Formats: sequence, C-alpha cells, structure tokens
Amino acid sequence: MFSLLIRRVAQMVFVMIGISILVFLIFFATPGADPAARIAGRNASPEVVAEVRKSFGFDKPLPVQYAVMMKRLFVDQDLTSFVNRGEVVVPEIMGAAPVTLSLVLGAAVFWIFGSIAIGLIAAATKDSFLDRLLMVLGLIGISMPVYWLGEIVNLITQSRLHDSWIFSWVPPLGYTPLTEDPWLWFKSLLLPWITLAILYIGLYGRVLRASLVEAGQEDYIRTARSKGLSESRILIRHALRTSLIAFVTLFGLDFGALVGGSALLTEVVFALQGVGRLTYQALLDLDLPVIMATVMYASFFVVFANALVDILYGILDPRVRVA
Amino acid sequence: MVRPALGPWARAARKLVANRAAMAALGLFILIVLACLAAPLYADYIAHTDPFSSNIDGTTTIDGQDVALVQPSTEGLGLGSIPLGPTWDIRNFFLGADAQGRDVAARLLYGGRNSLLIAGASTIICLVLAALTGLIAGFFGGITDMLISRLLDVLWAFPIYLLAISLSIVLISHGFSIGPIEITSGSLSLPIFIIGIVYVPYVARPIRGQVLSLKESEFVLAAKGLGVPDWRILWRDMLPNVMTTIIVFVPLLMAINMLTESALSFLSIGVQAPDASWGTIIQDGQDLIYTRPWVAIAPGIAIVLTVLALNILGDGVRDALDPRAKLRIT
Amino acid sequence: MASSTPASASPEAKAPLLEVRDLKVSFRTERGLLRAVDGISFRVDTHEIVGVVGESGSGKTVSQMSVMGLVNDPNAVIEGSILYKGRELVGLSQRQLRSVRGNEIAMIFQDPMTALTPVYTIGWQIAEQLRAHNRLSSRGARKRGIELLAEVGIPNPSITFDRYPHQLSGGMRQRAFIAMALSCNPSLLIADEPTTALDVTVQAQILELIKRLRRDFGSSIVLITHDLGVVAEVADRVMVMYAGRIVERGTTREIFTDPWHPYSWGLHDSIPPMEGARPRRLASILGSPPSLLDLPPGCAFSPRCPHRFSRCTEKPALAGTSGHHAACFLSPEQRQQARAARRRPLKEAS
Repeated sequence: MFSLLIRRVAQMVFVMIGISILVFLIFFATPGADPAARIAGRNASPEVVAEVRKSFGFDKPLPVQYAVMMKRLFVDQDLTSFVNRGEVVVPEIMGAAPVTLSLVLGAAVFWIFGSIAIGLIAAATKDSFLDRLLMVLGLIGISMPVYWLGEIVNLITQSRLHDSWIFSWVPPLGYTPLTEDPWLWFKSLLLPWITLAILYIGLYGRVLRASLVEAGQEDYIRTARSKGLSESRILIRHALRTSLIAFVTLFGLDFGALVGGSALLTEVVFALQGVGRLTYQALLDLDLPVIMATVMYASFFVVFANALVDILYGILDPRVRVA
Repeated sequence: MVRPALGPWARAARKLVANRAAMAALGLFILIVLACLAAPLYADYIAHTDPFSSNIDGTTTIDGQDVALVQPSTEGLGLGSIPLGPTWDIRNFFLGADAQGRDVAARLLYGGRNSLLIAGASTIICLVLAALTGLIAGFFGGITDMLISRLLDVLWAFPIYLLAISLSIVLISHGFSIGPIEITSGSLSLPIFIIGIVYVPYVARPIRGQVLSLKESEFVLAAKGLGVPDWRILWRDMLPNVMTTIIVFVPLLMAINMLTESALSFLSIGVQAPDASWGTIIQDGQDLIYTRPWVAIAPGIAIVLTVLALNILGDGVRDALDPRAKLRIT
Repeated sequence: MASSTPASASPEAKAPLLEVRDLKVSFRTERGLLRAVDGISFRVDTHEIVGVVGESGSGKTVSQMSVMGLVNDPNAVIEGSILYKGRELVGLSQRQLRSVRGNEIAMIFQDPMTALTPVYTIGWQIAEQLRAHNRLSSRGARKRGIELLAEVGIPNPSITFDRYPHQLSGGMRQRAFIAMALSCNPSLLIADEPTTALDVTVQAQILELIKRLRRDFGSSIVLITHDLGVVAEVADRVMVMYAGRIVERGTTREIFTDPWHPYSWGLHDSIPPMEGARPRRLASILGSPPSLLDLPPGCAFSPRCPHRFSRCTEKPALAGTSGHHAACFLSPEQRQQARAARRRPLKEAS
C-alpha cells in the first residue's frame, strides 16, 4: 500500500516536471521568435530587452535557463510579472484563487444536484416523453458554447430584462468577496453558476441515465426486485449507488480541471477576476512568469484530482480495493 | 426460409439508417454544409455584398430609401456608433451589419466554411495521430509503450484549453517553421494543427486500451503463432477492429473541435482576420451585444445547431456500431 | 386432480400452497407474438420439492418468474390464474406484489456473483430484506442475519456478514444468497438453476442444503434445472417442460423408472450410461427445439418424435392417472412397444 502511494506521488511529480518543461519549450524554444522580446512585452525598449536577456540568462544554454526559472518560481518565490511590474506572481495567483473557487464550487453544487435529478428521472421514466425531453435538453446544453450562453445571459439580465422584476436584482458584472458582502457575492455569482453548470448538467445527466439504464439490466436489480423492495429504493440504493462510481470519478476530473482555471471562458464573460482569467490575460500579454506559474498551478490540480479520483474509486467500489 | 446474414458493417449501416433522429441530424448537418458552401453564391448573387471589406461609410437601400450602414449613436457600450440592425430581408443585410459595416449574414456563411473546415480537418489529424499512437503503443508494448504513455500522460494533464491557448499564442504571433514546413501566422492550418494535436491523448487512450485487450485475443495469438509479420497483423487484424472506435469518434470529435475552435476564435487566438469563423463573429458581436445582439446571437445559433446535429448523429453511430461503448473525451 | 403427497404427510387432501391454472406468458415482438409459456397448470403443496426440467427456451424460468410478477418486460402479456394460499396473484398491483415477494415467496438465482449488488456487504443486503418486511432495528437485523448465515452452514458467520460478495467463494456466495432468501421465512422458494454455476463438489453441498430447507424450515421448493441428476437427487415430483408446455409430470420415481413421454425418453437416453457396454455414439434427440414464434399445430415435439403418428397433429392434453400425466397420444400398449424398440438398437450397437 505504501509503495503504491510512493509510486503515485512519483508519477505526479514526474508529470508536473514534464508539464513545466513543455511550457518552457513552448514559450522559449519555439522557432522563430526572440524570447527576451516576448518576455519584455510588446512595446519594450531595447534597454529593457537587454536587461531581460541578462537576468534570465538567455545567453546561457536552455537547460540552465529552465533551472533558473524554476528556482525563481519555487525556491526564491520572488518571481515577478514583467507586465505589471513589481507584482509578485505567487500572491497574485493566490488572490485570484478564491474567485475561481467560489465560481466552481457553486456551479458544482448546481451541476451535481441537477444532473442526478435529471439522470434519475430520465432513467425512471425510461423511453417516455419526459425522458426524451430531458435527454434532448441535455444535448442542447452540451452543444452551446459556454461563452456564448454567458453573453446571452448577460444580454437578458443586464440589458433587456434588467428593469423587470425578474432580473432587477442582478448586479453589474464583477466579483465581490464573500467576506465583504455575502449577499452581493451570492447575487453576482448566481448567474455565472447556472451558466457554467448547464453544460455539465447536460453531460452528466446523460451519462448518469445511460449507466442507470445499464445497471437496470443487471442481475442484482432483479434480485432486489424479488426481495420485495420498492422501485424507488431499487433505483436509488442499488442502481444509483453502483452508477455513482463512474459519476464521481468523472466529476473529480472535471472539478479538478475547473479549479485549476479551465473556467476561463465563464470568468472572461462575467468579468470575474479568477485564475482562469488571470491565465488568459497573461497569455495574451505573453507575461511569461505569470504563465509559467498559472499553468503549473492548473496542472497541479489536474494531477492531484486524478490521484484523488483513483483513491475515491477504491472507496466507492469495494471490488477494486486491495484486500 | 433462411435470410442471408449481413456483415457487421452492413448491419450497422442499416441500424443507423433506421434511426430517424440520427438521419434528421445528418440531414440538418448536410444542409448547413451546403448553405455555407454556397456562401459566394449568396454574397455575389443574392445579397450583393462583400462581407470582407470594411464598409463603414457605406449605405444600402431599404424600402426605396438610402440608409447608412453605421450611424453615430450614444447607446450601448458607448462606442459612438451603431450599425444597421437586422432587416429580415434575405436579399439585403438579412441580419444587419456589424461595426465595420459588413453584411453579417454573408459573413455567417463564409465563417461557417472555416468553422466546418477546421472542425473536419482537425478531426482527421487527431484521429490519424491517435490511431497511430494507440496502435503502436498498445501493440508493441515495452519501452515504446512506456515512452508514449508517459508523453500522453503529460499532455493529458495539461489542461486542454491552456495547452491550446499557449500553442495558439506562440504560433500565431510568429508562424511556425521547422525545416521545410512553414506555416505563416495567418494561415488556417495553425488552428487545424493545434486543435488536431490537443485531443490526441484523449482519443489515443481508449484506442490503446482496446489494442491491449485485442492483443490477447485468440485470433491475434493464432496469427502470431502462424508467423504472420507484425505490421500485417496490425493492418489486417487490429486496425479493422479499432475502426469501430475511430468511426464512433468522428462526429463526436467534430462537435468538440468545433466548440474548441469557436472558443479560441472568440479569444482572438483562433482564426485570424481577415478570415472569419463563427467564433470570430461572436467576438465581433461582443461589444454590440446590448445594441445589436443578433451579430453575436446568430453565429451561436449556427454553432448550436451544427454541434447538436453532430452529437445526435454521433449517438446514432455509436448505437449502431457498439452500444456498449462508453466514450467520453473531456 | 388428486395430489401426490409424501408418505409422511396427512392422508387428507390439503389445499395446495401454489396452484397455477392455464398460465400463458407471451411477448409481443416485431416478428409476432412469442409464446414463452403456452397454457400450463400445476400445483405445489406444502413441504414439497417440485423439479421443473427442460432445456433453454422451454419456458421453465419464465413461468416461475411470472409467479412473482418478475417479468418486467412491457411487451409481456400474462394470462391465467396463479393462486398462492388461495389468493390470486395475476393482476395484483406492484405494491401488493411487493408484500409477497421476499416475504411469502422468495427466489434464488443462478449466478450469485452477479445476482448480489457488488457495492454492499452480504450482511447489509440480508438486513435490507429483513427490514423491508419486518420491524427490526439494525442491531436486531444483524443478529438475525448472522443466525441465518450460520443455519445455512457458513463458518464464521459474523465475519462473513461484513464481507462483500466478491470476497466469498462461489459456494459460500450461494449459501449466503439462500440465507437471504430465507430470511423472512417464505413458504415457497423458487430456485432457478441454483447449482449450474458451481463446481460439482459444491453442487452436492448446496443440494444437501436445499433438502434440509424442506426439513428444517418447512418451505416448499420449486427447483428449476436442465440437469436430470439434480432432480433425481432432490425432488419429490417432477414437471418436464418443452416449448412452453408441460409434457409430462409425476413423482420423481415415476418419471425416472417409467417415463411416458418420448421427450422424457430422449432426455434419459442422452445421459451417458454408467454401466454396461460403452456406446459407440452418445445418444441425442435429433433436431432442435421449435421457434416459439412459430409453433407447429398439434404436439410441439412431434417434428422430432420418432414415434409420431396421425393423431399427433392435434394438440395433446395432459392425460394419465393419479398424478402421473403425459401430454401424448400414445396408448399404454403403444408406449411399451415404442420403448422396447428404442432399447434394441442401442444394445445391438455395442
């Protein structure tokens, strides 16, 4: 068991190193550009470019450059942005993290309840009109670009119906910390939560229905019925419980990716200064230190979520546990 | 009376054709493709507009009167000007004009060509690369497998959007040249190439898994025992079996790639001006969202319809070929 | 119809535990109406083990599943009467059926590995059944569950109670399943091929257990199987089914020493002989079972029957005396001749 854990952690570290190398190569080693000019920013003067070249050691071989960057990021922790001069990278990310967390956690609550409800209802009323309707709605949810949906939500709630009683409570786009004003925090996040959740409700609702229907064909469901249990108990305690294994593992992966910054489209459209938006801004500005840090942050969560999901799998499915 | 048995492909095709929803979806998709292909016909012969050149000072005739395409205004996000709204007249600025005075409807059709092209081409690239990787890694095992799997692990852990955005930003600003291959920064090949690569780990994994289990199956062991060379086993035994997985992926991957391309274009790092795609048009419409919402709404509807059709078709293909397949990419 | 009761029971005719009259189960398919069960009638008395023998597709499983209303297919059509302790089960609502299932009538299935929910412990699943039909605390249910596991011969029952299905061996799993089925003291147990998925040595143990159930628990058991050996070992009476109909029934002794129906002869002949000369070729029944969509008029077995004659184009009803019936038009004399004719060729071939 212990050796398994060690192996897992080693794998995680290996992957993260791999990612850092990949990012480094993408931004430093792609043929056809001068990394110093890129880092210094688009409108930098030649003196700044020369300074950058020296401080980052671009005259030195690539592996050395990589080592220097990693040291500044992890050991010295004094890596600063080159676009917003003086802004230290790591605290900047830590400041944006609560925003992303608020967005993703809230959306996750909606999407878990929503998709379980849809999956259960659809499976219980299999092949009925309601079932088909729910599945089509789910398909539509998957087919909408999330940023476009966000734009339309904004159109309706900020502009067209803003004065009507339904949406007059909608605050202007932006984020307010929970500690500052909980009610405003809630109001500004409610619509982004729903927008982000719709895609995942559609996806997970369909996946859940499919696995519930499949579970329904299994022998143990026939046994449960022969025991005299009610249909709802059979559905929830037996079919759902077994289907949840796959559901939870998928959820873990998606959640991990979102926390790391994959919600950037939603953040951009709703003007939430989260990690995703920060990453995107840094990418646009070619602000390499911030890019490095945010991508590492994001991949850490993906890798961590992967490992967590493997453990969860063992908890949920007794067949997989090591005796 | 004994009916002659149909081969598995014929049976699957028959099942697919019997699936009315899937056939309707296919019909819708074909309709969309045809409409977009007809873009030049529409622009030249019906609407008489040039959707690519900026036309801010232009005018058009509505109900006999001359109307400016872009007028000064203080509405909306205070940009100082507001373009013509939808006329709902198919022959004349059906969806109105954008901030540059260009015909949105015509741009929509032209943009559709690019969106469809990129979705299709990147799907082909992705499937070819993933199939190769999955087959080689799964079949040859050992060090090859280990190396490839480690590489895929790293790519897989790299959040997709971030990878796509990183590659796009770097390659789009400066183009891409390795040896004889040179792609200029404005070329459509860049998004095709980037989107094609990004999903390879997701598709290669199930293929590799399938190859691994096929490798142990009796007919492969039998072929090996008979001394059939490896490449031939790969080509004649493995590939056809993996084909079902690949075919099921085609519509689903196209749908995902179309959404990815539109997101990249929306973020201004996908298709570059002067080319247009549905994503870029939504970006164009972003500043106009409160005043001329149709500029942003229309391409979104186009994407939803196309992706929906591809998803329904994808469900039908999967049901026909392998109902037990649990394929999921993101 | 006089019942054949075991010698130990009271000589008065008792009301049957289960009485099925003219049960028909059909499925609507795109190719027509599939008759899985074509009008069967039978009874099960208290303290009795009845064997139901037949090949796949004979309707043996579907007929017993419909007793509990477990045929879940929306395309199924069930007609006829199923009286359990005098109460009509056909047409009962799901809620009413639920009080019968698991409580009065319980079922054991073929493959205990797939028949038990993999994510819950054995004990949890037994407790679930107990508490569905009885007011018990979780502690009380646990206690009773462990008792039950002990009664079916599981060593270390309190440890096994907390084990998952995949952690037990096949035999133990089946025992645990039987314990679960018995938990609410059902009067009738339906066992669908309970030993087919098990090793031969384990089979014997499970059959011993089943015999004990009748003795110690007082349940009646309907044992569905394709294996004549199992039936000979355990059953008091036997029903042979073919193409959805009962073709012969009687006591086990009667069916094994003096079978009347040509299909039964075929079944017996296909058992490799343990004594005498070794046959050059294993006997089998020529031909294959008919498609249930397209039954021949008259006797369903006639296309494969070497003894068919002109009358067989009519559908034979079960006929016979005091409990031994066969659905066949052969008169007793014709039967004897036919049987004698069958034995001769085998002897000559050796």
